[in-house]
Amino acid sequence: MKKQRNYNLIIGLALTIALALMALIGHFWTPCSPTAMDASAVNLAPCLKYPLGTDNFGRDILSRIMNGSGITYLVAVCTVLIGAVGGTIIGAFTGYFGGIPDEIVMRLNDVLLSFPSVLLALLFISFLGEGTANLILALGVLFIPSFARIVRSEMIRCRDLDFVRSAKVTGVGTLRIIFAHILPNSLVSMLTSAAIGFNNAVLAEASMSYLGLGVQPPHASLGRMLSEAQSCLYVAPWYAIAPGVTIILMILGFSLISEGLRKVQNH
Amino acid sequence: MSLQYFIRKFITLILTLLLITLLTFTAFTIIPGDAAISKLGTDATEEQVEALREELGFNDPLPLRYINWLTSALHGDFGESYQYSGVTVAELLTARFPVTLLLATLSLILILVVSFPLGMLCAMYTGKWPDTLINQLSQITMAVPAFFLGMMMTWLFGLVLKWFQPGAFIDPFEDFIGCVRYMIFPTIAVALPKIAMVVKFLRNSILNELHQDYVRTARSKGVRSLRVLYGHVLKNALIPVITFLAMILAEILAGSIVVEQVFGLPGMGRLLITSISARDYPVVQAIVTYITTVVVLINFIVDVLYQFVDPRVRTTS
Repeated sequence: MKKQRNYNLIIGLALTIALALMALIGHFWTPCSPTAMDASAVNLAPCLKYPLGTDNFGRDILSRIMNGSGITYLVAVCTVLIGAVGGTIIGAFTGYFGGIPDEIVMRLNDVLLSFPSVLLALLFISFLGEGTANLILALGVLFIPSFARIVRSEMIRCRDLDFVRSAKVTGVGTLRIIFAHILPNSLVSMLTSAAIGFNNAVLAEASMSYLGLGVQPPHASLGRMLSEAQSCLYVAPWYAIAPGVTIILMILGFSLISEGLRKVQNH
Repeated sequence: MSLQYFIRKFITLILTLLLITLLTFTAFTIIPGDAAISKLGTDATEEQVEALREELGFNDPLPLRYINWLTSALHGDFGESYQYSGVTVAELLTARFPVTLLLATLSLILILVVSFPLGMLCAMYTGKWPDTLINQLSQITMAVPAFFLGMMMTWLFGLVLKWFQPGAFIDPFEDFIGCVRYMIFPTIAVALPKIAMVVKFLRNSILNELHQDYVRTARSKGVRSLRVLYGHVLKNALIPVITFLAMILAEILAGSIVVEQVFGLPGMGRLLITSISARDYPVVQAIVTYITTVVVLINFIVDVLYQFVDPRVRTTS
């Protein structure tokens, strides 16, 4: 068969790397200061000095996006990490050992998975309080079930296979069997689900910050910028369009990657 | 359908609901900050606070409080709101619920009407240009957050073209047609990303069925391919879509929380956000319990429905 190029993966990776690079640069250098207000340049349309225009306080939108996407990425990376690590540990042990703890944890998992994630995030935020750290914690906990499910099914599939048995016979420790022998098998599905996780995390961060429950001012996250842009939609529509398009590109990048990985998996 | 299966599912449903209420209740009880103080204000005397605590039953042991809360909740009594004094939570919910229900219903209708023909079109022309075009479009649509779509529609249709007046919500009980006309835009904002998901799911589901033996049999008997699609394949391909739609319905409810905020709809989602900011816990607790109950019930109904439409599940379980 002719080897087909995995365009989804290539475009997705290119998009994600480009945006991540922009965020990284934005952390150290931006064309203007993202928080400097210029009263003489309020709500300016895109021009040479301000390529994406300025907002209602006269802040440069490009600088704010470069700086703000860093926060969005930070939230996404942290939440996926919490979800992946927590989910792997829970899924590995419940899947490998089975029994009643497995049954209980999986029931809880099913309950959590059947809920709309925004609602659960809202619930967490309502008793943790607003703020970036709490948002990361809330979203991270939400991502645990999906990872736990993948790792668990891999454990169940492999725990009685010959390579695990022979490892047991040769005296390999249980922890080593779980994490060094079985776990690497689920790498591609873990990556796929990480990409979906990033996708959801970006969306959730944007929604929560838009609702005013996530990243707090004066920090600029993309969702936060959209929420500020809402009030001056008529005079400065570019203030909403720029962060919105950035969010779309971010999500598109991750979803193309997950699509591409799924193709890799099916081959 | 076996009665045993139904009973087992029903017990799971009750247990899940108990678990959810217990979790939300405990969570809201252990949060720092005294509800009595937040209700009376900081300059209330020690005796006043103590009296209110006694009256609200805060001094009772936790299990007793949970049972009390649950029994009154089952009677539709969720207590009084902190932020609107003298208004019961039930009154607030009944006032806001119709708006959310209308938005969810309209979105679901739009999703079904648009995504089914598109999904079938994709499956009929697999790999050809209509399939590729719809696929690429859905990939992009899925990446658009509902609230950003809402903002762009507010800007374009509301502010530039002036097809509707943003923020001027029309009460469905006064002018139903006017209300629906206003609701068209939030509906599209909620529905569009979901349409992309359903199209994709339906396409894959149909393609899955097309590889089955009975399709080959029907074709070799001389049944025309369109007839195979409508008469044989679609019936079977729709079964997994039912479960997927239940998930979508839960997502619609969640999506409307944010979209209500964009369009200024006085629905439950907006009430939830203001209540979270105002730390109005009885309202938050009630809405969360309410939405989760609806979601769990829908899942239960879908599970039972599945038994009816797919005999294979009946025999295996």
